[in-house]
Amino acid sequence: MMKEFKGRVVSGGTIEAEAVVSHQGLNTLASFQKALQFGDKKATCGDQNNKDLYNKPMAGKALCLPQTIGSTTGGLVLYCACEMGRQPACMLFSEPIDSLAAAGAILQDVWLEGESMPVIDCLGDEFLDYVKDGMMVSVKNDGVVQVG
Amino acid sequence: MDLTKEQQEILEGKKGEVKRKLMETLVRYGELFGADSMVPITGDYNHLVTSFGLKALTAVYDLLQQIIDDKESSKQKFTVDPRPLDPNVPTTFLQRIVFNHFMYSEQEDYEKQLKELGLKNDNAFTCTCYMDEVGNVPSKGDILSWSESSAVVYANSVLGARCNRNSGIIDIMGSLLGLVPHFGLLTDDGRKASWIVEIKTTKKPEAQLLGSAIGMKVMEDVPYVVGLDKWLGNELNDKTKDYLKDFGAATASNGAVGLYHIDNLTPEAVESGRDLILPDAKTYVIDDAELERVYNDYPVIWKNKDAKPKLCFIGCPHLSYEQLMGWTKRIHTALKKNGRKKVVIPTVLTAAPDVIERFEKTKGASVLKMHGVVLSYICPLMYMNNPLSTKMPVITSSNKLRTYTSARYYTDKEILSQITGGQI
Repeated sequence: MMKEFKGRVVSGGTIEAEAVVSHQGLNTLASFQKALQFGDKKATCGDQNNKDLYNKPMAGKALCLPQTIGSTTGGLVLYCACEMGRQPACMLFSEPIDSLAAAGAILQDVWLEGESMPVIDCLGDEFLDYVKDGMMVSVKNDGVVQVG
Repeated sequence: MDLTKEQQEILEGKKGEVKRKLMETLVRYGELFGADSMVPITGDYNHLVTSFGLKALTAVYDLLQQIIDDKESSKQKFTVDPRPLDPNVPTTFLQRIVFNHFMYSEQEDYEKQLKELGLKNDNAFTCTCYMDEVGNVPSKGDILSWSESSAVVYANSVLGARCNRNSGIIDIMGSLLGLVPHFGLLTDDGRKASWIVEIKTTKKPEAQLLGSAIGMKVMEDVPYVVGLDKWLGNELNDKTKDYLKDFGAATASNGAVGLYHIDNLTPEAVESGRDLILPDAKTYVIDDAELERVYNDYPVIWKNKDAKPKLCFIGCPHLSYEQLMGWTKRIHTALKKNGRKKVVIPTVLTAAPDVIERFEKTKGASVLKMHGVVLSYICPLMYMNNPLSTKMPVITSSNKLRTYTSARYYTDKEILSQITGGQI
């Protein structure tokens, strides 16, 4: 069954992708560092503390999460992932976005040429309860996210 | 957001495209968090997180070059996180090839960019820029544009400065414009605590373990910690500051804490006490059992969990002068007790270049050398962030290093025992 959620647009765009879900805060540096440095085009999550995402590919996926945590390199790590084409298809936050992920989302939107990675926040706890790995997610320009 | 006429003109592109992009970035960043205005930075120095010339960060260097080419420079000088390489730290032949020619091949060029943008001096590479020896010590109430999670949480909590948990790149953009958006930890409301953490342990909790437990529980919220003054006292002396440095780094890396208050100890808690706690604050009780649970929950991702450690890092964040003296004394005493002359696991103590310079003038430096301990300004995190190091069984007493790498965490006491050949 298709279910619809409405969030706030941090970085606009439309996209359809398969979901990967983290129920805990995503540690951006720990998750992406190996992908950026060692040619892993799938951006396999390297965060040993993330029981949901560890060893799962994130590139091209609809990354569903509450917030990001950890090192303040977080924003520039996301920015570089976008420049290298190893970013998630979109990032969908159940909670209001944190300052590090916000920086990454805005930097890629303002400073990189080409299409932006859509980023939506404030989708609510129900969104993160409902969405599961492998579900198809559709993101609209107005912050509407369809899951199912 | 209310912008002044000059800020609005910059945003409209009347002062050039690069400045417009800088302003758009910061205004959009602030608006997401309900910022009402852009406010001037008041600290003497900025602090940046990106210290490494990592090949993978080409996009960052390209962005900075646009800024340099536009003749923009930082309104403040700045310090920056530790260098990723130090020839004194033990490496294999293969690691040296990978570090110098593959991973950090942009280091020299990036340091040139930093100098053009306003690097404080050649010794300005440390995550503990707030050490007196380094001299980037903001005053209470200063508005900052810092990044580096451990430095931000220290500046906010221990020094009473005001700084959000800014990302790399956003940090330098603040001092290029001389402005930061006014929201979050810059506001009185944003500094109120939504958690009360009650410490009910039977002994002084290990700083890095306690910080980890709190970080994982409260995530990005502000905790007000009661009962810790029983173990730390009510004076912000060097020893207490060192404890809070390590505690804070663990809260920031294991969670996303940007500010904590310690009852009867940190400046705002001393000033306002429990008025800092929000009415609907949640409570988290920490006793011996809770700390043990947190410790036992840490995953060990070594392939061979019983492998003999090949390297030990102490000092993430960098050690203070007093901590260097303390470790030197403890290592010396333990080795003597165990009938040994040198550490049995290659061990690296890390500190800021300026702190190392001071320490090297003391007898402690020759004692450490005699016992085979390496003293370095390196960033252990940058050393560990590659498949070659990930495969190495490395131990540490840093919970930050544990979080981001395959390094295995032990308490200070356990680390001392291991490196000096005692029993755990």
